[in-house]
Amino acid sequence: MAYYNEKIETLPRAELEKLQYQEMKVLVERLYANSVFYHDKMKAAGVLPSDIKSIADIAKLPTMKKTDLRNNYPDKLVCCPKEDLVRYHVSSGTTGKPTVVAYTKNDVELWAEAVARSLVSCGLGRGDVLQVAYGYGLFTGGLGLHYGGEKMGTTVIPASTGNSERQIELILDLETTAVACTPSYFIHLIDVAKKMDVDIAKDTKLRTAILGAEPWSESMRQYIHEQSGVVAHNIFGTSEISGPMFTDCGELNGMHICGDIAYTEILDPETGEVLPPGEKGELTMTILKKEAIPMIRYRIGDITSILEGDCPCGRTSPRIDRLQGRVDDMLVIRGINVFPSAVEHALLRVPELTSHFMLEITRTGPLDDMLVKVELKPDAMTDSINGLIGLQSRVERTLRDALNVSAKVELCPPNSLPRFEGKAKRVMDHRVF
Amino acid sequence: MTSEYRIKQLSIFAPNTPGTLAEIAKIFLDNEVNISAFCIAEANNFGVVRAVVDKPDAVFAAFEKKNYLLKFTDVVAVKMSDVPGGLYDVASKFGAAGLNIEYAYASRSTTTPTLVVYVSNTNISLEAAVEKILASGLVLVRAAEMRI
Ligand SMILES: [Zn+2]
Repeated sequence: MAYYNEKIETLPRAELEKLQYQEMKVLVERLYANSVFYHDKMKAAGVLPSDIKSIADIAKLPTMKKTDLRNNYPDKLVCCPKEDLVRYHVSSGTTGKPTVVAYTKNDVELWAEAVARSLVSCGLGRGDVLQVAYGYGLFTGGLGLHYGGEKMGTTVIPASTGNSERQIELILDLETTAVACTPSYFIHLIDVAKKMDVDIAKDTKLRTAILGAEPWSESMRQYIHEQSGVVAHNIFGTSEISGPMFTDCGELNGMHICGDIAYTEILDPETGEVLPPGEKGELTMTILKKEAIPMIRYRIGDITSILEGDCPCGRTSPRIDRLQGRVDDMLVIRGINVFPSAVEHALLRVPELTSHFMLEITRTGPLDDMLVKVELKPDAMTDSINGLIGLQSRVERTLRDALNVSAKVELCPPNSLPRFEGKAKRVMDHRVF
Repeated sequence: MTSEYRIKQLSIFAPNTPGTLAEIAKIFLDNEVNISAFCIAEANNFGVVRAVVDKPDAVFAAFEKKNYLLKFTDVVAVKMSDVPGGLYDVASKFGAAGLNIEYAYASRSTTTPTLVVYVSNTNISLEAAVEKILASGLVLVRAAEMRI
C-alpha cells in the first residue's frame, strides 16, 4: 500500500492550494460568526472574512498562541455545542496552567485520518502489528496512534508506557512489527532487549519505530538502526493541533504535513513575517477542518523550516525539517536570530569536540559579542600551537557558516564545562537591555 | 642506541585563566615530580605548558585524572657550553645538519646548560635526527640523565 488516500496525498500543488484557500475561507467565516474569542481578535487586527481573497491573505489573520488556550481554560475556546464533544485531552502544563483540548466526532476522525496516512507513508499496512508504547490517557500520544493504526488496518497493541521487559515479551510473542513511543524510551527498550539476550534484528519482527514527543537527532536515528536494524521515523504533533499526526515518509527527509488537513507557515519569531521555504523560523499551523477548538495560525513555538523541492515519494504536501529547538531559547545577536540548537548542530561537525558547549553573550558598546566555549576530546590534544589555533579558527568558521554571525571560540579541556540533568542551560546572556 | 636520547616531554593544555599555572604546579608537587625544563607557549586565550620531568608517566596519569588535556612529545636535549656562543654553536650545527628547530627552551638541570629542542622535520625520524646531531659533534643528554 503506497498511499492511504492517494488522490488527496498526490493532488497537484496548485489544486492543493486552491483547496486550502477554500477550507480557510469557510473556517474564518465560521469563526468570525461563532467564536467570540476569534471575532474579537480579528476585529482588533482590523481584518474581515471578506479580506481573505487568496491563500497569501492568510498572513493578514491574527495568530494564536498557547497562552490563548491557557487564558481560556478550561473550555472557553470550544465553539460547538458541548454535547457534540466526544473527548477531552489535557496537557500537563510544565509552566503554569494546563491546557484542555476538545474533540468532536469529526475531529477524532480527521486526526485518525492524518495518523493513518502517516503510518502508511512509514511503510505500514494491513498485517503489521503496531505496539503503541506511548502513554494512554490525558496525553494524546497513546490514543492518537491507536486510532490511526486501527483506521489504516494494522493490528494495534495498546501497551502504553512502562514495564519494559513486558514490552519486549509482547514484541516477541505477538510478533510486533512497529513500535510507537518516545525516542529515549525506544533506546531504553534496545538496552532492555540486550539484557534479556534478545537480538531485535534476529529474534523479532520489529522493523519500524515511530518516535516523537521529545527532541531527537539524526545521529540517534543512525544509532537505533545500528543497534536494532529498526528504521526510526519522526512523528510530529502537539495536543493543540489534535496530537501526533505527521511523520516523515520512507525517504526519511522531512515530515509531510497533509495539506488538506493543515496549512503550514514558518514565521519570523520576532516580526511575525512569513518566511519562504528553506528559512528557519517558528512553525505555525492552521488546522483547516477542526470543529471543537479551531486553531488558526497557531504559533507552535518550535523552530524548523519548510523543505524545498518535491519529495520522491510522490506526496505533494509540504515537508518540514526536524524540529531544531524552541523559540523561547532564541537569542538575537547583532540583529540575527541564533538558536542554541543550531550551535549544537554545527559543533557536531567538528570531530575533535565533545557535545558540550556554553554560550556567553556580552555587549561592548552597541555590539554584541558571542563567545562559544567548546570542549576538546582527549585525543584532540596536540603539542602544536599552530594545530590548536587552526582548530580554533576551524570551529569559528563552522559556526559563522551555520549561524551567519561571527563568534569567538574558546577551547576548553575535557569535562571542564557544566553537565546538565534535564534541560541544559547553556546560555549565559550578560547583556543589559 | 639512539633511543636513549629520546626525551618524553609533557605538553599540557592550559586555559588562560588566573590560577591555572599554580594548579598545574600543585599537581607536580603533590606527585613529588621534579621539573628539569619548563616553558609556556601562549596563543589565543590558551597556552601550552611544556615540561621535562623526572617521572613523566606517573604525572601524566595524575593530570589525566584531573581532566587535563595533555600529550607526550619526543624531544632531545643538547648540552651547551656556558660561554658566549654556546647557543650559536648548537643552532648552527642543527642548521648545517638540515634539522628544523620548531621550538626550544633552556634548562640547567644537568651540570651544564642544556637546550631542549623539538625537531619538526616531518621526513626525519627522531632516531635519524639524533644520529645527525651526534655526528655534528654536539653532546646529547640521555633521558635517564635528565631525570637526576
Ligand atoms: Zn515523502
